[in-house]
Amino acid sequence: MAALPPYAGPLEHAWHYGFRVLCGLIFLFLIMPILVIIPLSFNAEPYFTFNEHMLRFEPDAYSMRWYADIFNNPQWVHSIKNSFIVAVFSTLLATFLGTLAALGLSRAYMPYRTAVMGILISPMIVPLIISAAGMYFFYSKIGLAQTYPGLILAHTALGTPFVVITVTATLIGFDHSLTRASASLGADPTRTFFKVIVPLILPGVISGALFAFITSFDEVVVVLFLAGFEQRTIPRQMWAGIREQISPTILAVATLLITFSIVLMTVLEGLRRRNERLRGIRPT
Amino acid sequence: MAEITADQTVITTADGVPLKSRLAQAERRKKIAAFALVLPLLAFILITFIVPILDMTFRSVDNPVVAETLPRTLAALETWKIGEIPDEPVFAILAEEMVAGSKARTIGKVATRLNYEIPGSRSTITKTARRLKRVKQGPYKEAFLKIDKRWGDPDLWARLKQIGSPYTLSYYLAAVDMQYDAEGNIVSQPEEKKVYISLFRKTLWVSLLITGLCLLLAYPIAYLMANLPTGISNLLMIMVLLPFWTSLLVRTTSWIVLLQTEGVLNDIAVWTGLIGEDNRLQMIYNMKGTVIAMIHILLPFMVLPLFSVMKTISPSYVRAARSLGATPARAFWTVYFPQSVPGIGAGSLLVFILAIGYYITPALVGGRTGQLISYWIAYHMQKSLNWGLAAALGGILLLGVLALYWLYNRLVGIDNMKLG
Repeated sequence: MAALPPYAGPLEHAWHYGFRVLCGLIFLFLIMPILVIIPLSFNAEPYFTFNEHMLRFEPDAYSMRWYADIFNNPQWVHSIKNSFIVAVFSTLLATFLGTLAALGLSRAYMPYRTAVMGILISPMIVPLIISAAGMYFFYSKIGLAQTYPGLILAHTALGTPFVVITVTATLIGFDHSLTRASASLGADPTRTFFKVIVPLILPGVISGALFAFITSFDEVVVVLFLAGFEQRTIPRQMWAGIREQISPTILAVATLLITFSIVLMTVLEGLRRRNERLRGIRPT
Repeated sequence: MAEITADQTVITTADGVPLKSRLAQAERRKKIAAFALVLPLLAFILITFIVPILDMTFRSVDNPVVAETLPRTLAALETWKIGEIPDEPVFAILAEEMVAGSKARTIGKVATRLNYEIPGSRSTITKTARRLKRVKQGPYKEAFLKIDKRWGDPDLWARLKQIGSPYTLSYYLAAVDMQYDAEGNIVSQPEEKKVYISLFRKTLWVSLLITGLCLLLAYPIAYLMANLPTGISNLLMIMVLLPFWTSLLVRTTSWIVLLQTEGVLNDIAVWTGLIGEDNRLQMIYNMKGTVIAMIHILLPFMVLPLFSVMKTISPSYVRAARSLGATPARAFWTVYFPQSVPGIGAGSLLVFILAIGYYITPALVGGRTGQLISYWIAYHMQKSLNWGLAAALGGILLLGVLALYWLYNRLVGIDNMKLG
């Protein structure tokens, strides 16, 4: 693929370049929607499309007014605060419970492993609309609907499968002779855990935590059902914005979220590399 | 005989306990230790997730309203025969229970429940309950018939008795376009009320379409990335991962911006003269919008498994085929493609499973015609408040998804699911 062999005929040449053009179009399809939003969020006019002035790069056609709008609007500010509160607490809880469970699941003596794993992964499998409906019925019954704890518990449940999966994956390559070596050198189990196991699985734990964070941060179906006006998160506010009064403020929020996801992606990639280095896997 | 030899060969530990039982004990202790680590999360998921789902499933057959509000009427109807109008004593008991029910504000629920079975009968119940307060004494039968003629209809009584049973399959029947008739037989709904079978069919068909198109778009780029040097393919991978990591709402918003009639794509088409100003294309708020946006959102789920499978296919097989005289097309089709099938299976199944349960994107860009089954679950949850039907539709969807996951687990293994 990298280069055409010398014996390639004209048809093969045509196909070779045609194929690349086709792939280019598909990549454009993937990336264009995300890229289009960024310049439009600096639009000085309240429209969702480029105008002549923007295309001529006139400075007056661009402005930061929609960004200012976000921070002048108490609803947006409140929803940003909510998103972080819910995501941070559910991430902490999910990471703690998920890491503990992953440590148990990767022990050789774990009974009923497949069945237990199936239950632990289920929040990821069940369509969100069904999870949301079930949680709505049940949480209203026990008085947790439209409360912060209810929303945090629900998001924790949705986030834990990702922590379990990433941490168990890290533990698959874990060399158990290291813990034995540590014990033989006189470390008690607690010390072994914090000095040997934790540093080695930390990249897995952090990337699991990031997955849990993004799951909660981006989740809207459960929020739609479970959250009251007081608990509105960013995606819920965007949902309302798209449905009710669509304004370019949404584009500004979207641009901020894209920046945020680029940062998260970079962190995750860095962690993945570090994890591979720690486990002695050379990047391929 | 056996006992003697056993006695002689039993190996004991230093304190005289047989080694075998010591080992079993140690193993049990390790099992408990492992399980104890998993237990907190297991308990957490059971309480916060599994119990709510089971509770919802129970709701799809639960039918307590009438049985709780009108228990004595239902008991009195035990001996009543279908096709007759009940006698005065039954009316008297019903009158008493309806007045009590309207004081306790439960009669409205009975009216709603009956309305699912006989459309338009809600007012019969509410009106009767309201006016009965002024009827101080019998004969109640006449009073009822004076308030609403429908009380003389034996069908109404048959339905009332039917929905009095504390558990019912009628929500599931409604979810597959069936119903009970007055005699309690299962019959299909009248033609104009058949919605859900065609909706399920539409959901399956659209999900299949999305899966097929995703495969069509994902295969070339996965192939390209798998066969380029690592540096370039990593760069291209960012283009796949960036949408994957971007908020769902952001991506949906951007499709609205691109596709709407005053949107970017239409503007470009008008500007280049491809279409006239007056006939801008309606690409959103219909099924087209749903399909385009969903393909974009689910495409990374197809690219990633395909890529990881293609990465393991050695290029020397295709080279060997070429050297043996195969044309490029033939070498691809008979040598390369069969080796990429596991990736196709994994990706397609994953995309299909995600597509049939999707809610957010169709709800925002699907308009009136581009809605799938999940929309109707939400509709019955939030708008019509027919929670039994919502739970039944959800139950059917859940069963389908679990069956597909079982298949996915058999083919790919849930543990092998790739994340990012």
